[in-house]
Amino acid sequence: MSKSLLKVNNIEVVYNHVILALRGVTLDVEEGKVVSLLGANGSGKTTTLKACSNLLHAERGAVTKGSIEYNENDISKTDAYNLVKDGVVQVLEGRHCFSHLTVEENIMTGSFIRENPKEAKQDLERVYDHFERIRIRKKSLAGFTSGGEQQMIAMGRALMSRPKLILLDEPSMGLAPQLVEEIFAIVKNLNKEGVSFLIAEQNAMVALKYADDGYIIENGRVILKGKAKELLERPDVKEMYLGVGAEGKTSFRDIKYYHRRKPSFS
Amino acid sequence: MDWVYLIEVLVGGLMSGVMYSLVAIGFVLIYKSSGIFNFAQGTMLLFASLTFVKMTENGIDFWTSLFIAAGIMVIFGIATERYVIRPLANQDLLALFMATVGLATFQEGFSQFVWDSDVHGLQMSKFLDIGLLDPAPIFMSDHIPWLDILIPKFDIFASLVAGSLIVVLAFFFQKTKTGLSLRAVSDDHMAAMAVGIPLQTVWAVVWAVTGVIALVAGLLWAERVSVSFTLIEAVMKALPVILIGGLTSIPGAIVGGLVIGVGEKLGEIYLADVFGGQGIELWFAYFMALIFLIFRPQGMFGEKLIERV
Repeated sequence: MSKSLLKVNNIEVVYNHVILALRGVTLDVEEGKVVSLLGANGSGKTTTLKACSNLLHAERGAVTKGSIEYNENDISKTDAYNLVKDGVVQVLEGRHCFSHLTVEENIMTGSFIRENPKEAKQDLERVYDHFERIRIRKKSLAGFTSGGEQQMIAMGRALMSRPKLILLDEPSMGLAPQLVEEIFAIVKNLNKEGVSFLIAEQNAMVALKYADDGYIIENGRVILKGKAKELLERPDVKEMYLGVGAEGKTSFRDIKYYHRRKPSFS
Repeated sequence: MDWVYLIEVLVGGLMSGVMYSLVAIGFVLIYKSSGIFNFAQGTMLLFASLTFVKMTENGIDFWTSLFIAAGIMVIFGIATERYVIRPLANQDLLALFMATVGLATFQEGFSQFVWDSDVHGLQMSKFLDIGLLDPAPIFMSDHIPWLDILIPKFDIFASLVAGSLIVVLAFFFQKTKTGLSLRAVSDDHMAAMAVGIPLQTVWAVVWAVTGVIALVAGLLWAERVSVSFTLIEAVMKALPVILIGGLTSIPGAIVGGLVIGVGEKLGEIYLADVFGGQGIELWFAYFMALIFLIFRPQGMFGEKLIERV
């Protein structure tokens, strides 16, 4: 078993002091692995990622219990700037490109923490090598590029800080299936270069196909974890998340699925 | 038509336009980077120039006073970020706007408390004996021989200062890393944070820069209208400027300033009778802004909302 890069220990996240978003999420990203975090809308995927990258406080959220460790250091108090310096960077859900900046300027913003402008230039080339599609559009305003291109810009921007771990939030959102495959293929390439990934996804099929490990989160809790391959084979996951139930039309009642707890409001 | 007179009016308008631009840029900088309309801009001008004037009155020489005043404005800017803006980060924009209203009130009282509320005259020409300005009273005009028109020397000096400041700012925004991160922050706070741009540092820089601009603008204005609370009203003239130029655009602030400057002078001279007498200069700028708003609400150079369909 390889070294654990990011360790989330039983965290609880509360927004605005009252809204309980996560109630016990534990996960582990090993070095050099791609880990998928699956779940429906509002299950807490984004919150988990934002807790790791420490962007929660910007939305009045706070980690109230548990701990988050990166490289065996507690990072729950480290601000986003220093986290990026240490190699943890998040690609936000919905891309969040700087729409009034050109594509190249967008990517260059990711190099803010870099001291050496020469290295930044090299990294820029590296980003274009990974994302050939945006090289030709580098002078156009990011706001006018397509969804797939924006996803690439956002990922390229994150790459500029030479991260060890990228927290990728819903890369498939609003993209054509072909593009989704393209994005994940790039993820796989980057992974071969040594970047680990924690990916939050709704598109469970693709996410598990490209991942090493998977976690399924529901109502702010991790309810299932395992190797991605094993998860893909489980009948309950197939039925609930992959939509490929074995015997035609089945009622949810008939499936013998994992222990689903009713949400408790106690 | 007396064309020499017309040119004089035009030039005079352009010159005062530059002064409007300088004030407008202060607004634009803060609005661009944080989406806040800074109500305290006027009092910043007052505080900056008052600090400067009081120091020169106490016998400190020009450059030292300028340097110290700039330093105080920088500290003030950083403190504003730390104690006013940071606790309210990511809150409703209206809350932030109200905070700047509070800041304005505080600053107004604070400058009176530390300094005083007298009207101070300021004659920079007294200090700046660098050949550009005569030691003669400022509004004494000189002939430019080859055109035979009158342009106050101070106006030329003011435009040069304002112009070079604008060039420096434009360079800063377009070509430097900090400038790039400023523009990134103005576009999307969350994304800027996610890629490792320290929001707080960026905002501190913006407020500090705005403070220094307020000092320069304050001094140039004070030369014309004296250092007193009238300065705050001079700032009000920057509102139509940013409405016309666009709240988010520095070139817009410049062009807007020139348009307003020329417009109100021309209006005063050629349209006064239509509107019933002299003195329309006082409100003509607002009138122009109103007309402009109807046809182009985002201003001349304001950011068009980029929306993907």
